[in-house]
Parts: sequence; C-alpha cells; structure tokens
Amino acid sequence: MNTLKFIRYGAWAVIAVIVFVAAALTLGWWQVDGPGRAQTSGGIEIKGLPQIGGPFTLVDHRGKTVTEKDFLGKPTLVFFGFTHCPEVCPTTLFEITTRFQKLGADADRLQVLFITADPERDTPEQMALYLQSFDPRIIGLSGTREQVDAAILAYKAFAKKSPTEDGGYTMDHTASVFLMDRNGRFSGLIDYHEQEAPALAKMRRLLAP
Amino acid sequence: MTRLSLEAGQLALRLHARIPTFSVAAPTSGTHASRNRRASLSLFAMLTIVTFADPGSAHDFKIGDIKIGHPWTRAPPGGAKVAGGYITIENTGAKPDRLIGGTLEASGKVELHEMSVTDGIMRMRELPAGVVVPAGGRVEMKPGGYHIMFFDLQRPLKQGEKVAGTLVFEGAGTVKVEFQVNAMGSPGAPDGHPH
Repeated sequence: MNTLKFIRYGAWAVIAVIVFVAAALTLGWWQVDGPGRAQTSGGIEIKGLPQIGGPFTLVDHRGKTVTEKDFLGKPTLVFFGFTHCPEVCPTTLFEITTRFQKLGADADRLQVLFITADPERDTPEQMALYLQSFDPRIIGLSGTREQVDAAILAYKAFAKKSPTEDGGYTMDHTASVFLMDRNGRFSGLIDYHEQEAPALAKMRRLLAP
Repeated sequence: MTRLSLEAGQLALRLHARIPTFSVAAPTSGTHASRNRRASLSLFAMLTIVTFADPGSAHDFKIGDIKIGHPWTRAPPGGAKVAGGYITIENTGAKPDRLIGGTLEASGKVELHEMSVTDGIMRMRELPAGVVVPAGGRVEMKPGGYHIMFFDLQRPLKQGEKVAGTLVFEGAGTVKVEFQVNAMGSPGAPDGHPH
C-alpha cells in the first residue's frame, strides 16, 4: 500500500521535472533561435559618430553667461580640466597655444573652450588669471556645480573629486580634447598622448570647409 | 664645490670612524660587519652630509647612498596654486630606500603622487607609502608618472629661477636640493640633460 503510494508520487515528480525542463528548453529556443528572437541579431548598429556635446549654460572667464548656441558657426575644441592641475591641463593648454601659433591666421576660425571640472575653486576670476598664460583666444568656462555637471554629462566626459590626505582634493578627469564641427557636432578627439603632427592635422581638418 | 665639500665630509667621517672601507656608494661590500658599522654611523653620516651638502652649480645632489639628479619643475600658469616636481633617484647602496616626503620654499604642502592617463582619463593618486628606490636601482620621477606635488604655492615660480627645497628619505635622511624652474610645457629635465 505505502510502496504503491511512493511509486505514484515518485512518478508524478519525475513527470513534473520532465515537463519543467521541456518548457524551459522550448522557451529558451523561442527566445534565442525561434520566432521570439531579437530582430537585430549580429550586433548593434551605430549610424554616424556617437552623440557627444549638447546644451549647456556656463559663465565665461569675463563673467558673461553663455550657452552652446554662442559657439555655433565655428569649429570648437572643448577641454575639461581645472586650475589646480599640475600637468595635464597646463600642458594641453600650452600645446593648443603653440598649435595656434603654427596655424597662424587660420586659428582665428577656431574656438577653444576650457571648461573647469572644479567650479568651486575655479571662479571666472581665477579662470581669467589662469588663462593669461595662454593664447588669448582660449575661453574659460565655469558656473555652478550643476551647470558644470550638465556640461560634463553632455560631452559624456568624466570628472570626479579624489580626496587627499589633509581633507583637500584633486580631480580625476577626461584628458582628451573634444573636436566639434561648426554645427556643434562631435567630430573626434585629440588624445593626451597624441603626437604633435596628427594633433595639428586634426585641427586643420576641422577647419576644412 | 658641492662634490669637494661632500668628499671632505666623507674623509672626515672616515678619519673619525677609522673604518677605511666605509663608503657611501658600496653596494657590493656588504659584509654583515661593515653593514652594521655603517648603520651605526648612519645618524652621524646623515648629519655631516646634510651640513656639507651645499647645492652649488652642479645640479645633482647626494646623501648617503642616494644620488638625486636634476630636480626641476615647470613655471605654472597665472594664479596656479600647484606644480609638479621631477627628479631622478639613484640608490648606490645595498639596501632599498624610500622617498617619503619633502619641502619646497614656495609651497605650503608637499606630497608624493602618481599620475596616469588611461582610457583618456587623467587620474592622480597620493603615494602614502612613498616611492621605493631598490638597492642598486634607479627611479625616474617625470611627467606622466611619479611626481612630487607642490600645493599651496605662495608665489609664482618664475622660469629660470632655482627654488630651494628638501627631500626626505626613510634611510638616508633629509637632503637639501634646488628645483630648477623650466618653461611651461617643458617636456623633460633641464638644459638638455635627457634623464
């Protein structure tokens, strides 16, 4: 009597397992290979360059509020940094300054935006003081933390405070220069380690009609 | 002049200690006995050499087994409160040593940092344990890597000037140095010394 009961329950249990496995296999097949499979198999399709750049409202180093619309019409180099930066920022701005000299009059058709990632310390006055050491055509942009964060987000850039031992901080940040065409569309990057010749060539190409 | 006074200091040391084999640069002469004698002398040696280390025209500095080549920095932009310091360190001794800090006359605070640019992002990290210089080894602190970080600059550093400072080693002690201020954007060590 008991033995038969066990066999009966056991048989039902085996059937339940078989049904579950069969259902799982069918569902899996349906989603991966069957009629339910995603229609974009074979990778993600990207048309054109990624969406980099976008709306921002910031304050320039002369104290004037500006938006991205103020810089349309001319190709633009965009660089995120901060003035408490020992190496990458002075070097990049210095290199842009020397390339502007190499470009001569053509450089007038380019714009450079140096956007601080550290608006708490980089007031428009501090940006103005800092930029005295570089090509006067370079525009410094600061603003509130929210305004700056929105610009960083628009450019899909990275900036993060990194605390130091004594309660101060330094900034980790994107060190590449964004190249934007005259319509404000992303066109490429100059890497921090880019050689001089290709970097200059990229700036010339940005100027080409 | 620096070298002469240094050698005079070492000579005085040797006479005082009556150990003819004592040498600040003897990585292979490391018998236990001589090492111990050297260790017992290290405090005295440190004091003597710091006293004699007068950074003159040669832009190299030395303390104990540690040689420091061409300390330099870059003229920072207007209003900048920070600058990076760069040096080469050579350890001619038989024991590793460690750079643990320093000072700069114009700077309120000095730290040791490592900088890197990876995947387009610049990151800077403090090196709380300092920079180890292996026995017989050499460490280059140069743009793009290890550097001495000068914070709270109290005045602008002018291109061409030499700014007094010190470097502190765990073993060798404190050595007076001078940082030469190069042009902004200068790629390497001063005056065509590609170290």
